[in-house]
Amino acid sequence: MKNNTPLVKRFRQSQLFWPLIALSLLLIVDAIFAPNFFKIGIVQGHLYGNLIDVVNNAAPLMLVAIGMTLVIATAGVDLSVGAVIAISAAMGTVLINPALGNELITNDILAANATNTPLWLVVVANLAAGTLCGVWNGFLVSRGKIQPMVATLILMVAGRGIAQLITNGQIMTVYYKPYWWFGNGFILGLPVSMYIVAIVFVLAWLLIRKTSIGLFIEIVGTNSRAAYYSGISEKNVKLIAYTFCGFCSAVAGLILSSYIHGCDANNIGLLYELDAILAVVIGGTLMSGGRFSLLASVIGALIIWTFTITMYTFGVPANALLAGRAVLVLIVILLYSDYSRRLINRLIERKGQTHGATN
Amino acid sequence: MVQRIKTFISGNAPLLTTIVIFIIVYIIGGQLYPSMQKPQVFFNLFINNASLLIISIGLTTVILTKGIDLSVAGVIAMISAASAALLKAGWSAGVVIPLMLLIGIAFGFIMGCIIHYLKVEPFIVTLMGLFFARGMAYIITLSSLTITNDTYRYLALTKLHIPFFKSAYLYIPSLIGPILLLVTFYLLKYTRFGRTVYAIGNNEQSACLMGLPVARTKIIVYSYGGLCSAIGGIVFSISLLSGYGGYAPGMELDAIASVVIGGTLLSGGVGNVIGTLFGVLINGTIVSILQFNGTLSSWWTRIGVGLLTLIFIGIQSLFYMRKKHS
Repeated sequence: MKNNTPLVKRFRQSQLFWPLIALSLLLIVDAIFAPNFFKIGIVQGHLYGNLIDVVNNAAPLMLVAIGMTLVIATAGVDLSVGAVIAISAAMGTVLINPALGNELITNDILAANATNTPLWLVVVANLAAGTLCGVWNGFLVSRGKIQPMVATLILMVAGRGIAQLITNGQIMTVYYKPYWWFGNGFILGLPVSMYIVAIVFVLAWLLIRKTSIGLFIEIVGTNSRAAYYSGISEKNVKLIAYTFCGFCSAVAGLILSSYIHGCDANNIGLLYELDAILAVVIGGTLMSGGRFSLLASVIGALIIWTFTITMYTFGVPANALLAGRAVLVLIVILLYSDYSRRLINRLIERKGQTHGATN
Repeated sequence: MVQRIKTFISGNAPLLTTIVIFIIVYIIGGQLYPSMQKPQVFFNLFINNASLLIISIGLTTVILTKGIDLSVAGVIAMISAASAALLKAGWSAGVVIPLMLLIGIAFGFIMGCIIHYLKVEPFIVTLMGLFFARGMAYIITLSSLTITNDTYRYLALTKLHIPFFKSAYLYIPSLIGPILLLVTFYLLKYTRFGRTVYAIGNNEQSACLMGLPVARTKIIVYSYGGLCSAIGGIVFSISLLSGYGGYAPGMELDAIASVVIGGTLLSGGVGNVIGTLFGVLINGTIVSILQFNGTLSSWWTRIGVGLLTLIFIGIQSLFYMRKKHS
């Protein structure tokens, strides 16, 4: 056992170990079967390649996964993130659209490249709409004492209806160029969305590691009675978690709608709630709450999109990809089940022991 | 006698509330749009929501064990695409239908085994089921396939006239839901299997310690859910006479909402399939009110169902709190 340096052992027991193994396995498969995957070129001063694509596409999911991690850590779940993405994206794009209501979009308007509201107001409205949804969820769960799955189900069912109400049932298209920047722009050769994710991640990290909120979230998730008796306001902790999740979804909605230059309330952010939960679970945070790791969830989101882009490079059609994703989930389930974990851990331990014996 | 009625009411309060809400919603609809008072409109609820009712019944049994099945709508799409493809290839309906039922059972069985033996969250496993089923449907066909099989056409187009009501009719597949409802009601209420389902939902560990067959029951429940989804898929493909991977988008949400409105708790152990029937009917009534209105757009359905879910959950938690206090 002495051969196991503390660092290696600590790494193996950390929550990052399994997600990183999975990600590197995926990348190894890519390296063997599609060497072009790692090629990064420079086009018009921007870095360009599959890896950049992965990061750029995964950005909204990473954001949602950060929010979802906090919610799941409080032993809850937020099913409404996809709907919140739609609501906030609808809010933003509706404010931009110079042709309000039933007015026809003419070439003049297209050429005008104009906006109805200043851009900063659009962004604020977008974020406010999502955050408000988060507050609503938080109130239902913390004050209304409704099971998280049911409470967020309400917004999940009604949310896309609300988004359509906002856009008056139309598919919004944005011709205002500055708005495109969030999803398609580059800073120093790297996509803007990467910086946004980094900012939100640092915000979340500061929130949970530099204040005591992170510990509160963990104790509420592990044992809410104990949290209550130790004087922690369980209600406010949950409210903060859900509000932050709503905020993250709103930022994701901003990036997504900017990326596709518009908003289709029925399809934007579709199945994101499921992908986000999947990312968190891949990251090793238990659905029953408690210990969590933001970085592991972000890696989980990266795994999902690395897998998706890999399948695209192999030429799998987008629709059939769903089945491929199911196989990914199955592998994750098998790897993460207690049974196989125990088996692998035992194998590693035994190897360490025999190794130690021969020395 | 009064005492007995009182215990009946307090024992079935959530169910009675659902029924009352359904009647109120329907009466409001009838007052707003007099043509909604025709009996045919009521029977249309069964015709239009046939597959929703069937999958909601399966989902209720799963939710009673504190599980969840997100794969229901995916299985509908997969079954419709698969049966359309096989019928197109010249297979007879007599072979295709049993085969589809077997596929549904096998699908549920595998998910049940993974959930029970690998101890994975039902949410995650059935999510995998949803992705897998939809993906398979798209692998089978990327576009909508028409069904021209004679048996299917017969089932789809034969009208059953209802006695005592003039010119009111149902189609044959719309009878399957109510029959399945009665079977499930019997199974849950009067058999050892059903009692075990409730016991597991209330406390799995206690059920296990009491020596109840937890593993077997859970796997049977998920297989039953798969079977119901497969039947729902067949009914769906009969009513549309086609199959496609994109069918029934988001129907799992409607089904979960119907079950919740029907008074079944997502935390398991409390609930009833009869409530689910009324949950589905409420859902259908809102849709038909919107259709009668004509000017209201389709998204109000979603908002309406969401609001009703909220109202109903509020009522449930009130009952729950009162019980706790008394």
